[in-house]
Amino acid sequence: MATKLPATEIVIIGLGWTGSIIAESMTKAGFNVVAIERGPWRDTATDFPPSYAPDELRYAVQHDLFVRPAQTTLTFRNNPNQTALPIRTWGSFLLPNGVGGAGVHWNAQTWRFLPTDFVLKTHLTQRYGAKFLPADMTIQDWGVTYDELEPHFDAFEYLCGTSGTAGNLKGQKQPFGNPFEGPRSRPYPTPAQKQPYGPVLWAEAAKEMGHSPFPQPSGNLSQAYTNPLGVTLGPCTYCGFCERFGCGNYSKASPQTTILPVLMRRTNFEARTGCEVTRIKLDNSGKRATAVTYIDTQGREWEQPAEMVFLCAFQMFNVQLLLLSGIGQPYDLNTGQGVIGRNYSYQVTSSVQAFFDNKIFNPFIASGAIGMCIDDYNGDNFDHGPYGFVGGGYMGMVQPNARPIEATPTPPGTPQWGAAWKKAVKDNYLSTILPSVHGSCYSYRDCYLDLDPTYKDRFGRPLMRLTFDFHENELKMSQFLTDRLAEIVQRMAPRQIAKLPRTGHYSIVPYQTTHTCGGAIMGTDPKTSALNRYLQSWDVHNLFVTGATNFPQNAGYNPTGTIGALTYWSLDAIHKQYLKNPGPLVHA
Amino acid sequence: MSANSAAVNAISCRSADLHARPTPKLPSRRALLASTALLLVTQTAGARTLAGGTGMPWRPFAGDPPQAVEPGPWVFFTPEEGAAVEALVDRLIPPDAETAGGKDCGCAVFIDRQLAGAYGSARGLYMSPPFLQATPEQGLQAPSTPAQLYHRMLVALDAFCRATYAGNPFAQLPDGEKDRIITGMENGSLQLQGTSATPFFEILLQDTRYGFFADPVYGGNRDMAAWKMIGFPGARYDYRDWVERYNERYPHPPISIAGRNAGSPLHP
Repeated sequence: MATKLPATEIVIIGLGWTGSIIAESMTKAGFNVVAIERGPWRDTATDFPPSYAPDELRYAVQHDLFVRPAQTTLTFRNNPNQTALPIRTWGSFLLPNGVGGAGVHWNAQTWRFLPTDFVLKTHLTQRYGAKFLPADMTIQDWGVTYDELEPHFDAFEYLCGTSGTAGNLKGQKQPFGNPFEGPRSRPYPTPAQKQPYGPVLWAEAAKEMGHSPFPQPSGNLSQAYTNPLGVTLGPCTYCGFCERFGCGNYSKASPQTTILPVLMRRTNFEARTGCEVTRIKLDNSGKRATAVTYIDTQGREWEQPAEMVFLCAFQMFNVQLLLLSGIGQPYDLNTGQGVIGRNYSYQVTSSVQAFFDNKIFNPFIASGAIGMCIDDYNGDNFDHGPYGFVGGGYMGMVQPNARPIEATPTPPGTPQWGAAWKKAVKDNYLSTILPSVHGSCYSYRDCYLDLDPTYKDRFGRPLMRLTFDFHENELKMSQFLTDRLAEIVQRMAPRQIAKLPRTGHYSIVPYQTTHTCGGAIMGTDPKTSALNRYLQSWDVHNLFVTGATNFPQNAGYNPTGTIGALTYWSLDAIHKQYLKNPGPLVHA
Repeated sequence: MSANSAAVNAISCRSADLHARPTPKLPSRRALLASTALLLVTQTAGARTLAGGTGMPWRPFAGDPPQAVEPGPWVFFTPEEGAAVEALVDRLIPPDAETAGGKDCGCAVFIDRQLAGAYGSARGLYMSPPFLQATPEQGLQAPSTPAQLYHRMLVALDAFCRATYAGNPFAQLPDGEKDRIITGMENGSLQLQGTSATPFFEILLQDTRYGFFADPVYGGNRDMAAWKMIGFPGARYDYRDWVERYNERYPHPPISIAGRNAGSPLHP
């Protein structure tokens, strides 16, 4: 039986990027805010100091910062005819835990989606006709446009201090930036990071072939920066222990380095860590959230009443909590009806390994988001008519790390062990690069999330069940993009290359990316979206849901920039409209 | 540079009511007592209540550094198992004129300590039944822990070798025979006590590489031999002067989180 606590005004479930942004905004407006976080408190000095943070085994291989599958995991199958089985150890994606969420251990690749990405269905249908799209593809417009989001992309980038080179300032194309990006109202807060040898050579080759290379926008900062909240970040030192690690250097934008020092000074804020929310409670009408229940690490159950609830857990867990709380109609594969769990999507990544003679790339000199990229083959930046697929991705020579357990490449055909393996590792470590493609993944009728009928978490709650496979459209896209990337790489005159497009069935085993998306998407129609265009639940007006959970399908970019922008967009509507007159912001 | 906390100006909380907003219910005395009880309880448990208003809840000496592996006898393996694993890792990563092999790099010590710890007992992994037949895309569904797998397969390997090679254990075989056995494990042609040895080969190869390349603090990569071999500078934290030096070998020796010159213990 839950012990009822005194009411507060606002409860935030999950203190990651979006929870921290919302907590800062709402406490600043004078509200009492309680954030309830499943994992531990984490800060730079205590949890990832430079003295022991650069530990590949502990953090990258043994997943020290991620949620333990024993705490919670999900089950997986490629199609509805299979029996889903639990993910017993993390592989394809790494789900976060603790204060800061995935913002602690992300790469900090900080992109804006393209203007056409937000009106995808309309745009593709107008350009190519409805019949060009696969019949079972369920892509949608987002209900919000790039122009509406622009001030909020800007807000997130200026919170983070993002380092980059603008390609489009108020409609004016800029040299050395991304000519395909949507217009931005002002330059990046800080200049682009320095580029190592491999990215510079790759960019020269891309340019010779008529493409427009530009530095990847990075949340690992090129120089010290003080954000609008008054928090200062230091310059990145290119240590190469970024993704999967906390930054010991205060150089990577995270809730710890941009928001929490301010938030923790607010007397109207409180964080409860080691507390996992189990349910959002509704009133008798089912249209208003009244409280959340949670269990602390001693197994005690508490009930925290609140006037407003923000569901800010990671994508997967947002969907699970909605289903377990009976909020919204669960998606039904057979009828295509229902919205909770609908339109799960992912990311279609691929790469080209290139082995060189007489080149020293020093690949360990790295940051999670340095590299040179092109956007010529992203989104609908090129005519898809001749190719028979839709979607695209950015590609480039991104140099996030060369940590030796996971980044000691050997040419194809090398034995896995013995003297020949050892020699190949030695000969190729400094002279190999791995340019990559970051491709979109559109949504389909048979890719969805629901509750598993068999497997339970440690509280006895059903695990999420993921049903997902790559579709022909995405596999064609991956082949096409990887071929284009290989052409650029060949121009660098390597000794040998290995193309690694995404082929066959999606596998939960090899790491690909943690960009899981969808399941409680935003939109304009409650029949096909869980949330309205302001991230407000269609069913429960005082519940807002944030994160990549909102994406109707995924674009060819890393998601966090867009997640941040959507969060600020939602907050803007809450402050300007909702708080004055609490109720549905959009009438269905 | 790390002026994160210092640079934050005290920002006074704007308590003014900026918007018409719902009025929270006043907490009852009973609920307040419950709240206090929560505070007291959670201070001692894993759950914590962190009240705003005082800044970052930073505590001195609250870090969680790794525990360095100490030299000494085997912790997980029997002496015979330890000898077999040393022989295995020294064929998977053989010594050459410049760089020590898996044995002298401490790969077996690394695996021994890992199997004695969280890794060996699959701590933190999802180990609830049922364990069903999986597609390759669904990942491993084995009910046994790495420790159980190693014990079982090392016993089986020992029995196979003694039966096949006139009572000799694996460690006593000539290198060519050792390699034949490892190849059989790799390609699935060798069955050990009726089961394929390939899953064991895969986990052994993975763990050997981990031991070879991980920080020496965990008992392998002795004297940072693997890092020196490939040119990885280890746990260095600042390459700003080197980002734009192209096609030039980084000149400084590696460092470990256990210290610049720290080696890891020799095998027992």
